[in-house]
Amino acid sequence: MSTLAETSSGPILINGVPLKEQLSKAEHKKKMTAFFLVAPLLIFIVLTFIIPIGNMLYRSVDNPRMVTLMPALVESLNEWDGQALPPEALFQTAFEEIQRNIENGDIGKVATHVNYSLAGARSLFLKSKRKFKKITAPPYREQMIKADKRWGQIKTWQIVKSVSDPITSAYFLNAIDKTYDAAGNVVNQPESRQIYVTLFIRTLWVSTLVTLLTLIIGYPIAYLISTTPPRISNLLIIMVLLPFWTSLLVRTTSWIVLLQTQGVLNDIMVWIGIVSEDGRIQMIYNLNGTLVAMTQILLPFMVLPMYSVMKTIPLSQLRASQSLGANPVRTFFKIFWPQSIPGIGAGGLLVFVLSVGYYITPALVGGASGQMISNQIAFHMRSSLNWGLAAALGTIMLCGVLILYWLYDRIVGIDNMKLG
Amino acid sequence: MAENKNDAYVRFANVQKSYDGEILVVKNFNLDVQSGEFLTMLGPSGSGKTTCLMMLAGFETATSGEISLDGEPINNVPPWKREIGMVFQNYALFPHLSVFENLAYPLIVRKMSKSEIDQRVKKALDMVQLGAFGGRRPGQLSGGQQQRVAVARALVFEPKLVLMDEPLGALDKQLREQMQYEIKHIHENLGVTVVYVTHDQSEALTMSNRVCVFDDGVVQQLAAPAELYEKPVNSFVAQFIGENNTLHGDIVSVDGENCDVKLDTGEVMQALAVNIGDVGSKTTLSLRPERVTVDPEAGSCPNVVKAEVRELIYLGDHIRARLALCGQEEFIVKVPNSSTHSHLVEGETTTVGWQSSDCRALDHQP
Repeated sequence: MSTLAETSSGPILINGVPLKEQLSKAEHKKKMTAFFLVAPLLIFIVLTFIIPIGNMLYRSVDNPRMVTLMPALVESLNEWDGQALPPEALFQTAFEEIQRNIENGDIGKVATHVNYSLAGARSLFLKSKRKFKKITAPPYREQMIKADKRWGQIKTWQIVKSVSDPITSAYFLNAIDKTYDAAGNVVNQPESRQIYVTLFIRTLWVSTLVTLLTLIIGYPIAYLISTTPPRISNLLIIMVLLPFWTSLLVRTTSWIVLLQTQGVLNDIMVWIGIVSEDGRIQMIYNLNGTLVAMTQILLPFMVLPMYSVMKTIPLSQLRASQSLGANPVRTFFKIFWPQSIPGIGAGGLLVFVLSVGYYITPALVGGASGQMISNQIAFHMRSSLNWGLAAALGTIMLCGVLILYWLYDRIVGIDNMKLG
Repeated sequence: MAENKNDAYVRFANVQKSYDGEILVVKNFNLDVQSGEFLTMLGPSGSGKTTCLMMLAGFETATSGEISLDGEPINNVPPWKREIGMVFQNYALFPHLSVFENLAYPLIVRKMSKSEIDQRVKKALDMVQLGAFGGRRPGQLSGGQQQRVAVARALVFEPKLVLMDEPLGALDKQLREQMQYEIKHIHENLGVTVVYVTHDQSEALTMSNRVCVFDDGVVQQLAAPAELYEKPVNSFVAQFIGENNTLHGDIVSVDGENCDVKLDTGEVMQALAVNIGDVGSKTTLSLRPERVTVDPEAGSCPNVVKAEVRELIYLGDHIRARLALCGQEEFIVKVPNSSTHSHLVEGETTTVGWQSSDCRALDHQP
C-alpha cells in the first residue's frame, strides 16, 4: 500500500499530512539543536555586547539627574515660559528642592551637573549651601537674589531649565564643540573649549595614515610570503606574527626606548654626527610617535588578510601572462594586483577600524599632539565621570565606522572581502 | 632526425638542470624538434619532462647547455619575449577577466588595433567552438570549455611554437579523449609546432608525431609512437609503454641479430638481441601479450613452453589470461575471442609459444 498520494490539484500528501508541514516538522528538531548549540554564545553576546552598546546609545541622550534629584523643580520649570524672571512660587520650589538636596548631601551632584552647561554653576550651588541657612521665610525670590545675584539672571534659570530635560542633545552638541546659548540657540563653544572636532579629524587622519602605511609596508611582505616556497614562507609568517607574542605594552615601551630624545636612535644619530647633541629630534610623545607605534602594531592585521588572498593567485597565471608576452611589471598590474584587491579591502578595513578605536598606544607615546578621540572618551569615563559625553563621543565614532563600512560596501562590495 | 641540424626548430644541446646543486633533474638532454611537429615528452612524475618544458618556456634557467629556437639561442631571452604559446595544467585563465578579455590579453600587449583584436579573438573562439561564450567569466565555464579557452588563448597571437603541460590532466576520461582529437586537429590545421608534456602514454601515442620517453632525467627513447611500442630499446620503455611480459635470464650465445637466452628456470629461449651485454651477462626479455600464441602448431614457433592457466578475465573482444610459466606468475596473454580459437580453462596446463622476433632481449632490470 502506498502512503504517498499526489492529488492533481492539492499539495503532495504523506499519510494525509502535507509535505511542507512534514518537512518543517522534520526540520524543526534540527533548527532547535542548532539554536541550543549557539545559545551560550548568543547569551554572551547579548549580555556583553548588545546590551552595553544599547546602554551607551541611551546614555548619550539620557539626562536623569535633575528629574530624580529635583522632581518638583523640574515640573515647575516645565510650566515656566523662560521669557522673564520666574515667579515667586518657582523660587520657593527651587529653594525647597535645594534645601532638601543639601540635607541629603546630593547638592554636589546637582552642582556638577549644571556646571557642565553653565561655567561657575558649581560655586553658585555650593555657596547657596552656606547662605541659604539664613533664609527661613518668604519672600524667597529677593532673599535668594540677595544671597547670590546670579539667581536674579534669566540666563541661570534658562540653563537650569535646559539641563532638566530628561532627554538631551547637549552631550551630542558638546561632542561636536557646540552648545546652547542662554536663548536656547545652538552656538559654537568658546575657542578654548573646542577640542572634539579637531580630535575626530585627527583620529580619522591618523587612521587613514596608519592604514596607508601598513598597506605600503605590508603589501610587499605579503607578496613575498605568498610567492616563496612553504619552508621560507612559514618562517616569514612567524616573523610577521612575532609581535603578537609580546605584550602590547612591552612593544609600545620598546618604541619609547628607541625613539625618545635620549633614546637609542637619537644616540646613534648624535654618535654618527647627523644631529648635534642639542639638536636631538623629538620623535615620540607626538603624532609621529603614535603613527610609528600604531603602524608597527597593526601591521600583521594588514599582512595576514592580504597574504591569504594572494596565496590563492596561482603562479601559473603569472607565468601564463608572461608567456602571452606581458613583462613582469604589466603582469603584476594586470593580473596580480586586481586579484589582490579583496585582500587589501579586508586588511584596510580591519586596520582602519582598529585604529579608529586605538587607545593605549596614543596614551603612552602620543604626547599632547598624538592623542585620539578614544583617549578623550577614556578621560570622560574614568576621570571627569561625564559618561553622557563619553557615550555621545562613542556613538559618533560608531556611526562613523558604520558609514565607512557602508561606503566600502558600495564602492568595493563586502562580498569581495576575503579574510581567508 | 638529429642529423638534419638545419631543420631543427627547437634544439636542446647538452642541457643540464639542477635545483639544489647536488642532484641533476635533467642530465645531458639533447633534442631536436622539427618545425610543425607534434612532439610529446612522456615520463613518470619527477622524470624531468616538465622541467625541460619550463626551460623552453623560460621559467627555469638551464644550469648548463644551450636551448635554441629557430636557430637563435634563447637562454637569456625572458619568457615574455620568446613568442611561445603555453597551455597550463590548471588552465591558468585569468578569473577576473572575461573569456574575450583573456583572449584579447596577448593582443593588447602586442598593441594591435581594436578591430584586429575583435577579429582575431572571434576567429580563435570559433576555432574551439566557443563563439558565444566571449562574455562569460572562466569560472562560469565547465572544465572542458576552460581548457578550450586556454588552448585558444595560447594560439590567438599566432606563435610558431606552443607548449602544453599536461593540459588534459584535470578532465574526465571521455572529455580527455575528445580533447585529444581536438588538439590534434588544431595542430594539423594550423601547422604549429607543439611540444606536449604528459604522463599518460595513451595520450602520447594518440596525438604525437614523435614521443620522447623520459626517466630519471634522461631520454630513454625518442621515436614515433608505433616504433616506441613495437621496438622499445630498453626495459623501461618496454614496461612504460603498453602492457609487457618480462622473463629474466643469462645470455648463452649471440648470433648476429639473434641470441639465445637461458632463463633462470633453465629453459633456453631465442630472442632478438636489442640491448644486451656480452655472453654470460644478465638480460630481461620483453614480450607483448598479444604476440603470444596459445597452443601453437608444432614447429611454428621457436619458443614453446608449458604454462598453467591461473586466471581468465572476459573482456568481450578478447580474453585476458594470466599464466604461470618459467617461474613468472604474472605472465599475461591476450587471447582473441574468435570461434576458431582454442578456449582456456582455469587451472589447466597448456603450451604457449612466440616468435623470436617478438621477444626482445633488453637490458637487465630486476
